[in-house]
Amino acid sequence: MSYVKGLKCRECGREYHVDPIYVCEFCFGPLEVVYDYDGIKKALTREVISSRPQNLWRYKELLPIEGEPSTALDTGYTPLVKADNLARHLGIKSLYIKDDTVAHPTLSFKDRVVAVALAKAKEFGFDTVACASTGNLAHSVSAHGARAGFKRFIFIPASLEKSKIIASLAYEPNLIAVDGNYDEVNRLCSEVANKYRWAFVNINIRPFYAEGSKSQGYEIIEQLGWKAPDAVVVPCASGSLMTKIWKSFKEMKDVGLIEKMETRVFSAQATGCSPIVSAIKSGIDVIRPVKPDTIAKSLAIGNPADGYYATQVIKESRGYGEDVSDEEIVEAIKLMAKTEGVFAETAGGVTLASAIKLIKSGRIAKDDVTVLCVTGNGLKTQEALIGKTAEPHYIKPKLSAFEEVLEKINTVKS
Amino acid sequence: MPVKVLIPVPLQRLTKGQETVDGSAGTVITLIKDLDQKYSGLAERICEGDKVRRFVNIYVNEEDIRFMSNEETSVKDGDVVSIVPAIAGGC
Repeated sequence: MSYVKGLKCRECGREYHVDPIYVCEFCFGPLEVVYDYDGIKKALTREVISSRPQNLWRYKELLPIEGEPSTALDTGYTPLVKADNLARHLGIKSLYIKDDTVAHPTLSFKDRVVAVALAKAKEFGFDTVACASTGNLAHSVSAHGARAGFKRFIFIPASLEKSKIIASLAYEPNLIAVDGNYDEVNRLCSEVANKYRWAFVNINIRPFYAEGSKSQGYEIIEQLGWKAPDAVVVPCASGSLMTKIWKSFKEMKDVGLIEKMETRVFSAQATGCSPIVSAIKSGIDVIRPVKPDTIAKSLAIGNPADGYYATQVIKESRGYGEDVSDEEIVEAIKLMAKTEGVFAETAGGVTLASAIKLIKSGRIAKDDVTVLCVTGNGLKTQEALIGKTAEPHYIKPKLSAFEEVLEKINTVKS
Repeated sequence: MPVKVLIPVPLQRLTKGQETVDGSAGTVITLIKDLDQKYSGLAERICEGDKVRRFVNIYVNEEDIRFMSNEETSVKDGDVVSIVPAIAGGC
């Protein structure tokens, strides 16, 4: 049974039936799924959740699907890594990495939103799924869509990293590489979506799709032993993930799964594309769009759809935001890899580098239980590190050659 | 040649299903007000008073009006104006 009551405009409050629609016909405000929280409160307990398989459907009452997901695509329940080495390095007590670099099957948190979107697309009876993507979403729709038997149209900016393009092509979708940036791809897609009756996961399926992000928040709380963290740092492109993580924390409290929730939420962006953090830092809630220029391409959205709501989350939770340079992003990727063995994509570098600044400025206190949301795998954006890593030691296949190098290494270390 | 205006699906009920309509030259805001004469209700969906709503993006010849003069951006005959609801993506 489903606990979804319908859709509601976040701006003017008008209500709609559950349909593949995404904006209010009256004010263009985004539509949001409304649930019967009283019903969920009675049905969903810690015991019920704990007894279920370790994937995102263990929180299905809080996700916008009818009954069991028909696409049977499991994902989620990624590790919450206790990052003691990194914590020591940063001089704080309790740090965790929510490690979606190992999300199944395409190594980013997009597997969560796509699992929900495609389950919903099946329910609505679509035979074609589509998306506009900066890379990770393209992989996820390509993969999940292949397994669920959908026709797939994937629109990406042609300038994306080669490795990301190949990782989509492996699943043989129809990949449309557009000569333009992500905002332009998006604009094209909304015109395509007007004309063709497809399930565009981030357009007409968006209200359902975006809810999938909440599973990351539920897992953080469950994996912390049914406790909300003191601080959570979330990378922001459109701002959607951050608003959904905040929503998930509030829901956990509202349905009685936790008693207390005083988390402060922090937004992380690259300086080359920081419309949300700029608004936070200047204390306004008007988002001025920018033309992105950063190596963190998965965050390069100059015109963030949920930017306004993101600023509200910061206000409501008494959080803040930070932005970081491309050099800081690269250093942070390397730091996370060498301290915790987690190789994050550029967005993960943005998150850690921003957290470092927030810790230094005292916005995140030394004894705060802090969670970093690391949303994608570094293997996808290796280009960002070319020429910026240590070099291999090239040798001839001889023991003496190896020992020569070994001596050098030991000399440097000592 | 008039200004060509691309109408998004949520507004096509007002334009009797037409995906594109003709508008007259001037500024973005005069264009919208003018279209409202023909397609009643259009202006109040897109604007609050003389300001374009937060969740509406307007492009003149593929450039976001927020990078130009917002509502006062000029439109001339032959220009293409797209009205696009905001879309989520990335994180």
